[in-house]
Amino acid sequence: MFRTTGITPRPRAVAGLAAAGLALSLSACGGAKVGDTAAGAQSGGGASGKCGTFNLAVNAWVGYEADAAVVAYVAKHKLGCKVVPKNLDEQVSWQGFGTGEVDAILENWGHDDLAKKYITEQKVAQDAGPTGNIGVIGWYVPPFLAKQHPDILDWHNLNKYANLFATSESGGKGQVLDGDPGFVTNDAALVKNLGLDYKVVYAGSEAALITSFRQAEQSKKPMIGYFYSPQWFLAEVPLVKVNLPKYTKNCDAVPAKVACDYPEYNLNKVVSTKFAQSGSPAYQLVKNFKWTNEDQNVVARSIAQDKLSDEAAAKKWVDANPDKVNAWLAD
Amino acid sequence: MTSIALVRTGIRPFRGAIVTALLLVWLVGFTVLHGQDTLALGAADTTPLHGRLNDLNDAVGANRNSNPLFLYFFNEIRLVVDQLTTFISSLVSQPAFGRPVPLIGWLGVVALVGFGSWALGNLKVGLLAAAGFTFMGLQGLWQQSMDTFALTLSAVLVALLVGIPLGIWAGVSDRVNRIVTPVLDFMQTMPTFVYLAPLTLVFLIGPASAVIATLIYAAPPVIRIAAHGIRQSPKETLEAAQSLGATRSQTLRQVMLPLAKRTIVIGVNQTIMAALSMVTIAALIDAPGLGRVVLRSLQSLDVGTAFNAGLSIVIMAIVFDRVTTAASVRVERARRTTSRIPARVRKVALLVGGAVTAVCLYLSYTFVWAAEFPTDFDVGSPISRAASAVTDWAQLHLSALTSDFKELVTNSLLNPFQSLLTDSPWWLLFAVLVGIAAVAGSVRTAVTTALCLALIVGTGLWFDAMTTLAATLVATVAVMALGLVLGVWMGRSVRVDRVIRPVLDAAQTMPSFVYLVPFVALFAASRFTGIAAAVVYAAPVAIKIIADGIAAVSPTTMEAATAAGSSSWQVITKVQLPMSLGTLALAMNQGLIYVLSMVVVGGLVGGGALGYDVVAGFRQNALFGKGLAAGLAIVLLGIMLDRITQSVASRAQATTDHVRH
Amino acid sequence: MTIPSQFTEPAQSSEPSAGETMTTAIPEELVQSPSLEAKATAGAPAPVISVQNLWKVFGANADGVPRSEELRALPRKELKQRTGCVAAVCDLSFDVAPGEVFVVMGLSGSGKSTLVRCLTRLIEPTAGRVLFKGDDILQANERSLRELRRHNIAMVFQHFGLLPHRRVADNVSYGLEIRGAGKKERSQRAAEVIDLVGLSGYESSFPDQLSGGMQQRVGLARALAGDPEVLLFDEPFSALDPLIRRDMQNEVIRLHHEVGKTMVFITHDLSEALKLGDRILIMRDGRLVQVGTGAELVGAPADDYVRDFVREVPRSHVLTLRWIMRPVQPDDQLDGPEFGPEVVVREAVRAVLESERPIKVVEDGRLLGVVGNAEILAVVAES
Repeated sequence: MFRTTGITPRPRAVAGLAAAGLALSLSACGGAKVGDTAAGAQSGGGASGKCGTFNLAVNAWVGYEADAAVVAYVAKHKLGCKVVPKNLDEQVSWQGFGTGEVDAILENWGHDDLAKKYITEQKVAQDAGPTGNIGVIGWYVPPFLAKQHPDILDWHNLNKYANLFATSESGGKGQVLDGDPGFVTNDAALVKNLGLDYKVVYAGSEAALITSFRQAEQSKKPMIGYFYSPQWFLAEVPLVKVNLPKYTKNCDAVPAKVACDYPEYNLNKVVSTKFAQSGSPAYQLVKNFKWTNEDQNVVARSIAQDKLSDEAAAKKWVDANPDKVNAWLAD
Repeated sequence: MTSIALVRTGIRPFRGAIVTALLLVWLVGFTVLHGQDTLALGAADTTPLHGRLNDLNDAVGANRNSNPLFLYFFNEIRLVVDQLTTFISSLVSQPAFGRPVPLIGWLGVVALVGFGSWALGNLKVGLLAAAGFTFMGLQGLWQQSMDTFALTLSAVLVALLVGIPLGIWAGVSDRVNRIVTPVLDFMQTMPTFVYLAPLTLVFLIGPASAVIATLIYAAPPVIRIAAHGIRQSPKETLEAAQSLGATRSQTLRQVMLPLAKRTIVIGVNQTIMAALSMVTIAALIDAPGLGRVVLRSLQSLDVGTAFNAGLSIVIMAIVFDRVTTAASVRVERARRTTSRIPARVRKVALLVGGAVTAVCLYLSYTFVWAAEFPTDFDVGSPISRAASAVTDWAQLHLSALTSDFKELVTNSLLNPFQSLLTDSPWWLLFAVLVGIAAVAGSVRTAVTTALCLALIVGTGLWFDAMTTLAATLVATVAVMALGLVLGVWMGRSVRVDRVIRPVLDAAQTMPSFVYLVPFVALFAASRFTGIAAAVVYAAPVAIKIIADGIAAVSPTTMEAATAAGSSSWQVITKVQLPMSLGTLALAMNQGLIYVLSMVVVGGLVGGGALGYDVVAGFRQNALFGKGLAAGLAIVLLGIMLDRITQSVASRAQATTDHVRH
Repeated sequence: MTIPSQFTEPAQSSEPSAGETMTTAIPEELVQSPSLEAKATAGAPAPVISVQNLWKVFGANADGVPRSEELRALPRKELKQRTGCVAAVCDLSFDVAPGEVFVVMGLSGSGKSTLVRCLTRLIEPTAGRVLFKGDDILQANERSLRELRRHNIAMVFQHFGLLPHRRVADNVSYGLEIRGAGKKERSQRAAEVIDLVGLSGYESSFPDQLSGGMQQRVGLARALAGDPEVLLFDEPFSALDPLIRRDMQNEVIRLHHEVGKTMVFITHDLSEALKLGDRILIMRDGRLVQVGTGAELVGAPADDYVRDFVREVPRSHVLTLRWIMRPVQPDDQLDGPEFGPEVVVREAVRAVLESERPIKVVEDGRLLGVVGNAEILAVVAES
């Protein structure tokens, strides 16, 4: 503990006086002491304490952040867990199952290779059931374009409009813009196998992809690209999906020969085997966690557009949906 | 020996002719053989080598719990680094010791930073530091700023602890220097994205990985500069010590180190800057702090908030830069003050300052108002709103203009040039590049170039590498153009320099992630956007180097030129630029290296090629091997371009010296 | 300006004993340096430093050069073409007597700076021997070499080589510090030498606050502080202004008188060499061209190179009577004034011209020859 008298190592007259004077005048105006607030801030809610630490991977898109916000909020305030969110990339999150540093991933989009490696081979992770969200991947155009050329939504007509989509990057062909390289994509094969006069250009990140769509709609510039729902941006600009040849079972079995649309993904949760066996109430929560695309969009919008903090956005939704939350907490 | 001499002296007049001839051969070959042997590889395709690299990564992951290297080496390192970082965090940023707040609250940190900067530097930088840190709090980012501060501080501490001794060793021993230099080249040019995922496999997810990722990029400058400082010790002074019978360790301690002190402080400065440039990337593996704010706001395209965080990083960088610069001046000046009175006054003032700081520390430990940054004044939101408004306006009103500009540059310059590089048969381009290296540099340069190119072919990513090379060279041309215009302007006027330099500092330290979104809006997801981002990052370096070079032209020569009745234009073109040839070559070298370090960022905004391969390798397990190969290709391009420009630079320097004599 | 005693000091090992031939013609053996060396070792006091067949060759396989009869003989340029090696010092031999000021003179690139560094192995010689009081420095181990540098031989550098972060007093006592002398002893000794070189009052200045000449005084004081037997000077004054250079030269002469150290002095300036040197060794392309007193060089240049060098030197300032006297002829009137043979011509001009008769050159009571108006005027008119 500091004491005001011990501040100056070798108190010279001036220094000592000045310091003492300042210390007096400042501590006089005092205010709340740190210790006073400690009790209140440290443990939230009626913590049972048996939950312990819950390492939750948070992947870098807003939909996931919404899932994580709500699950973390419930785990912290209803179960008394010490939630440690880990902001990680998908691949690194899965890797975390192996090193024991990640307990759960809340929104997994396929990733058959990772599932094979960590669930089937290393057996460090396991499926924890669907989130209830349906992931839809496909080719989308901005709404103004769909209105202008309604027939563009049929893939048969895409070649007709190819030069509409030509850019400096596509070498005279139409440009299909892909986003983050981490996302599942068959687009190069699709272009080839459907005989489209297009070239896939890689934007390289989700931010670049969304910005491109936003800019396209804003300046009414034709554009076609890879997109997906649920995604908060669809609430701002309702992109319209182009109909590719319908998905049939196993039509995407051989990646190089894919000539059909993407399947619908039942997004699921993945947990580490260790966590599943730990008996932690947080595991039960993750396992029971389930909601709709609409639910997720509400929270995602609070975060992305209303700029609420994760905690505030989660609280808002949890307070409004006690039934759903209680269902998760039931054993 | 003699053959080199022949090349140097005999062929000199024909150098231009040979280069022209080589270029002609290339053009003819390109026209005839266009599209053959281009070694193109699809975005999702891999080679057997990439597969093997993947297996290697998997093997590491599978064995990490049994391998003694992990058990006794990596794990120990991780523990030490983790503890250090946790300790520093518990001081300034994270709740610790059963308290809801860190040990030192905002008031204590501001006082400590201000006082420390004053003690190490001067009163001015002390005030700057205190104001800068307060501003971070006013932006509403105190917690995040402190997380970044703690992490950067830990990384820098470890970097200096390892780097300074290593640099001194490399300065004393030629052999160590020869071994260390290529390793440092590698550390500095290998994109972080490549080793980010494996790093978490080795050091787990947590502060250790973030610190070590930062360290790998940030340690090389201090090692290089310390070695340089030691090597720079005047030969005669060393001889004098030796002639008096000093032992090696006496010479090191009493002569070399005191003389190199100032240079080493500059190395520390560079290391801090490099560490701060890693803030955003480290956030990808859960490093807390400002980087996370940037990434998070990027998800929802919230440019304003990203700008808040970016601004805090810029301010932290500028504070550190000014403080270390002032500290290096103090090191220099400390020995010059012979009159002892100001020193005594300063000592008393410092004592008083120290006392005040101690009081602030106590208050921030004890009282909530001094521990938690008050939220009453919100400077962040207005700044964020203003930044958003500006970008929105620009996106709405300028995008037509910028888009046309992009099309013009891409179609008239980038596309043809890229096609020339990528669509020529690889062996033709190989031969031409080696030839140019031989003529522009030396036989040695040509051998290095051939080796690098051969290894690039080996990575299986020749086509992508040539695409990246095209973009890199175009960006470097832009960097040099900007460097010449602004550099000359700044070099000729102290006032202009004073105005522009802070802007350059900001451009250099602002995380590129902050301006990626508006850039994509302005220039679409394209190679051009990648180039533009690279120019923003690399141009400041080139501009500063050129400005310093121009300013260093001897006043006597300038006087002579003016006395001869030269116009300003004539002075620039006939005196200042020719006399700064060496500096220009150095600027080009640094410009290239900085541009190359932005290749991965380019991959995030449509740059494609190697940058995209690296990002894809990070994001997709199956492409890890390819990403690693792409990283290697970037390193190889970097070494090749560095060696070529360096040999051109030393040639130019020789010419300049010749001119000077 | 010149101090005659410098040139008339006794017991010079290279004393031209061929003086008895009593002829103005240059004695052949004077030109032949080997014969000179042979005479130098005979009967003279033991040399402090003796350099024998010293080689320094830079480049790959440098060791091979001194060993090969064929390569040894090659001129520098051809050696470079043949082997890529540069021979900085080639087969050099000379002795330095106790108390002597021995000057090595040559143009830049002649190898003189390399030579002086070879003496204490700041540069490792390739072959040959360097004896310090009979012990071969080249065979010394690191420890005894260090002891030698700490106690016996000190050096003064062209660009001073001061430690910029230390005050004058600390620079001066640096040598004592590294030998482990106590603080009190150091400051006491530093004060002494600082006083000796005339720097009192500047003890606590930093080197960059001093002028070049003063900085070199610090360098000088530093070398003197350890009280070495030999001082090596590597072109110590060539970085200084002419006036300051002259002051410093006089300073060295004064110090030589006061402390009587043996000095090896490197310079490219002939007038400096003549002014300071008891004997002068002229180097060219790493090889010895001629060694001898100033008078010998001027009076009997070994070759055109030396002759070219000394052409501008006022002969009357350098030559002694021994060099211009003629044998006594029967009709000479031998009642003129007497002078010693080592008196510089200039000092005798007035006496000769005022005297009716030729002056007599007498050594140890023996009449060596006479100098008349004709002889004096020949020298004076020439210069």
